[in-house]
Amino acid sequence: MQPFSGLSLLRRGLSGQRGWQPQWRRAEPKASYDAIIVGGGGHGLGASYYLAKEHGLRNIAVLEKGWIGGGNTGRNTTIIRSNYLFAESAALYDHALKLWETLSQELNYNVMFSQRGVMMLAHTVHDVHTSKRHVHANRAAGVDNEWLTPAEAKAFCPVLNIGDIRYPVLGAALQRRGGTARHDAVAWGYARAADSLGVDIIENCEVTGIRRDSNGAVEAVETTRGVIRSPKIGVSAAGHTSVIMKMAGLQLPLESFPLQALVSEPVKPIFPCVVMSNTVHAYISQSDKGELVIGAGTDAYTSYTQRGGLHIDNHALEAICELFPMFRRMRMLRNWGGIVDVTPDRSPIIAKTPVPGLYVNCGWGTGGFKATPGSAHVFAHTIARDEPHPINAPFTIERFRDGHLIDEAAAAAVAH
Amino acid sequence: MLLIECPYCGKRPELEFSHGGQAHVARAKNPADLSAQDWTDFLYMRSNIKGVHAERWRHIHGCGRYFNALRDTTTDHFLATYKAGEPRPAVGSGGAGSGIGGGAGSHPSGDTGVGADSGGGPGQASAGDSQARS
Repeated sequence: MQPFSGLSLLRRGLSGQRGWQPQWRRAEPKASYDAIIVGGGGHGLGASYYLAKEHGLRNIAVLEKGWIGGGNTGRNTTIIRSNYLFAESAALYDHALKLWETLSQELNYNVMFSQRGVMMLAHTVHDVHTSKRHVHANRAAGVDNEWLTPAEAKAFCPVLNIGDIRYPVLGAALQRRGGTARHDAVAWGYARAADSLGVDIIENCEVTGIRRDSNGAVEAVETTRGVIRSPKIGVSAAGHTSVIMKMAGLQLPLESFPLQALVSEPVKPIFPCVVMSNTVHAYISQSDKGELVIGAGTDAYTSYTQRGGLHIDNHALEAICELFPMFRRMRMLRNWGGIVDVTPDRSPIIAKTPVPGLYVNCGWGTGGFKATPGSAHVFAHTIARDEPHPINAPFTIERFRDGHLIDEAAAAAVAH
Repeated sequence: MLLIECPYCGKRPELEFSHGGQAHVARAKNPADLSAQDWTDFLYMRSNIKGVHAERWRHIHGCGRYFNALRDTTTDHFLATYKAGEPRPAVGSGGAGSGIGGGAGSHPSGDTGVGADSGGGPGQASAGDSQARS
């Protein structure tokens, strides 16, 4: 791996940008590995990196049916925050946030993490109550979150319209450590760092079956590029998790929905932070390229099509136009969908499964990007040690049977 | 936006409907007999099929009635809609003719999942059971 530094960038710049090598090898699948990760998004690539770096496994493959970062890692609105209500969630998401804060240095790759602040608006008395409850719960759990009056919210985001609208802004909860990161760079940075530790990143390799031995334990995956043996298989396949797990005879409490996002034409810097509103349902920030990045909701029905209805986007844009009247004449550049796997309690599953050697990291629903480093870190621990890290220990499959739900669905009412 | 054919009212835009989740998940006749795992399967486990999926819709801004539909989740194309209580039509490939409680779709790997959709769920879904919540 060629390390990046100010000096190396300067040297290449002065020599016409010649001599750069590919960031990772184009690996061919070997006959067997010590561990296989199914899914080459940020969560899967990150898990392979932490397996190699912290757990001493070097004979690892990441299998990706398309190209790395081409699924939800490349389709989200890049929002990062950790101000979840319940202690289990706050611990998991704040673990991720702490890793985000040093990730560029850790990977020697600029993931453009920007702690510009995430402000969540309250529009009703009920919103105010639940937002304040979140603020207090977060502060008790050691996670920063503060309550802003409407005027303070306006001062933090001057283009916000707090008055004369159907649902006026009654206040906001602000997490200053929250922000955004460059989503593609997260996949590329983890891929490059994992590759340098010997991980094989195998693209265009779709898993078509899971083989189990006479004891029921996993022994190999069947893929479009042949059979690959491994005693440990970690599935990190987002919206397609149900499809993969079915190959091992397992059903999970998941449903896959299209989730859409869209970006505007690029404009000069105008939007200083991230603003979210659960009540009128709008998410907005501005990318470093200048596009407004807008998150819409999920469609009503399950689907694997990576597209949704235009009325879903319209709904989000109506809310944006109310909150930010100056954007009413902005033109949208493109919209797209990703397939998100949603659990009944809107909390993820990072756990061992009833099948020995098979591990799953799924159920991130509409909010998995923010958790990428933390999720990958504890998933690697779970795979390597065959037992969960204390942080992901509550996020089992069995919690649905035992009644120990981590009910962020009820806490937030809509998406995260 | 999808165009959905309500069996009672005809074709209407998706905005008139609400989605009711997986179809043919039968509530047990004797709920007190269920184990914790049976309840888990009934309440939470879903087939989430990539392929032909049997699902419930409610024509909430029309006749207000629930009905069932077969839709291919890889294309969002509707293969059929049918009234609650009617057996699953034998359209679509694969095991689509397996009727109520079967739920097998056209996915290449077949529907081998455990839980309600394989017929091994709460109370061993029979046709009579299914009608209670179809």
